[in-house]
Amino acid sequence: MKVSDPIKKVKSFATDQSIKISEKTYVHASRANGFLSGLGNMSLFILQIIRETFSPHFEFKEFLRQCFQIGYKSLPLIAITGGIMGIVLTIQTRPALVDFGAVTLLPGMVAVSLIREIGPVVTALICAGKIGSGMGAELGSMKVSEQIDAMEVSATNPFKYLVVTRVLAATLMLPILVLFADAFGLVGSWAGVNIKGNVNLVLFVSQAFGSLSFMDFFPALIKSVVFGTVIGIVGCYKGYTAGRGTESVGIAANSAVVISSLLVIIVDMIAVQVTDMML
Amino acid sequence: MKNPEADIINKNTGRSATSDPLIVINNLKMGFNDQKVLRDVSLKLFNGENLVVLGKSGSGKSVLIKCIVRLLIPESGNIEVFGRDLKSLNRKELDEVRKKIGFLFQSGALYDSMTVRQNLEFPLRRIRKKMTDKEVNEKICEALENVGLSDAINKMPSQLSGGMRKRISLARTIVVDPLIMLYDEPTTGLDPATSDEISYLINDVQKKYKTSSLIITHDIQCARTTADRIIMLHEGEVVTEGSLDDFEKSTNPLIKSFFK
Repeated sequence: MKVSDPIKKVKSFATDQSIKISEKTYVHASRANGFLSGLGNMSLFILQIIRETFSPHFEFKEFLRQCFQIGYKSLPLIAITGGIMGIVLTIQTRPALVDFGAVTLLPGMVAVSLIREIGPVVTALICAGKIGSGMGAELGSMKVSEQIDAMEVSATNPFKYLVVTRVLAATLMLPILVLFADAFGLVGSWAGVNIKGNVNLVLFVSQAFGSLSFMDFFPALIKSVVFGTVIGIVGCYKGYTAGRGTESVGIAANSAVVISSLLVIIVDMIAVQVTDMML
Repeated sequence: MKNPEADIINKNTGRSATSDPLIVINNLKMGFNDQKVLRDVSLKLFNGENLVVLGKSGSGKSVLIKCIVRLLIPESGNIEVFGRDLKSLNRKELDEVRKKIGFLFQSGALYDSMTVRQNLEFPLRRIRKKMTDKEVNEKICEALENVGLSDAINKMPSQLSGGMRKRISLARTIVVDPLIMLYDEPTTGLDPATSDEISYLINDVQKKYKTSSLIITHDIQCARTTADRIIMLHEGEVVTEGSLDDFEKSTNPLIKSFFK
């Protein structure tokens, strides 16, 4: 009995259209597979961070060094950005309030905008660029130049030394940087108010803080902690899992910035919804 | 080729190197995806000897040496270091084994963000936890003196030449007094004069610190200077093993291509 070759049989039935569809399906399936395995690896990475954080022998000295690197060294950038944000926000808002004769509400309005939303989000986006890319590039180049392997063979846990310290430092430092950004933003706003008016600092502060409540500060603080954790995890994940070539260092730094910035926006959207439900 | 179990006299120390093997590798197989890198590798490193693993680029030498410190986990086969099967060790036990092994990386792998002193201090503080500051300092100075780079103590790795980086990297591994030294292509990327200096330094280190060394290389001059025994690796398999003399006299075309 003659047995026909199944591949030939399929080919004889297949049209150009069906071949194209199957090729596209294969490409999309591969992408989905890559995305899901990436998500799985990141989940395992987060689990390892949690496990290593609570295991003994915390690398306190390196943690302090990272706090200095992330916090203190980002401060000038955050201060300048915060100040400018305050000035710009005040100058842009003023004409609309003048039209309604509500210019006295300007300090309070700017303060609420800064503390609730603009301060945390802009600080987080700047840190995603500065800290996230730094972590991705530094850990990526350490991987390429075998420095992580060198730590491993000298009986040091590189994950604990490099990743846990950075993630915790970013988590702790980001809310502090946000507070600084808010403070410099309010100073900038006071300067902005005084460009076309004359409000002394005491009156400005009393008007600004008179409009604020605990529920303006608290969600913003929690949100900043989450932003810091997200930036730390993404930066470290991209650097620590970088490939072996030098090209992968650039890819790690770039994708750390892109993904952490995107996640900051997504987390912010969720945080706003949650806060809205609570109020 | 001669039996590896027969007496191996270390040319530096003049001691017999046939007591208990420190590393025993049996039927090691390792691959990445579909590519087989190590097919069936078995070898022993005896106490006090310099064993050179010779082979072309891509023959699986670096993969082999990384399996010994479990930077890579083999597919099958077993590796015993100091009589302990690496497969059965947990993280803590593995670290105890690693503390007795020095690993010189091909790239040097110095920590870029640290000075030379901090590079040496990093493993020392972790492995010899009970040392006082004075002892740590003395140990660092001694290690740097042994590699002839005492002046570089406060320099950053970026201020060092290729040969200096290798020497500092060597100092970083010997500072913790390892029992076994693993060298991954110690002379790669160096000029012939510096390569010779590094090869002689390997012998000096062995003499001074009484280590056993496994040297991965394709540099025949380095092998000539350092080897008590040579193993030839080709396409992930041990082709042959013997002394330097055996290799020099061999008619095997693969060996001759190295020794011509």
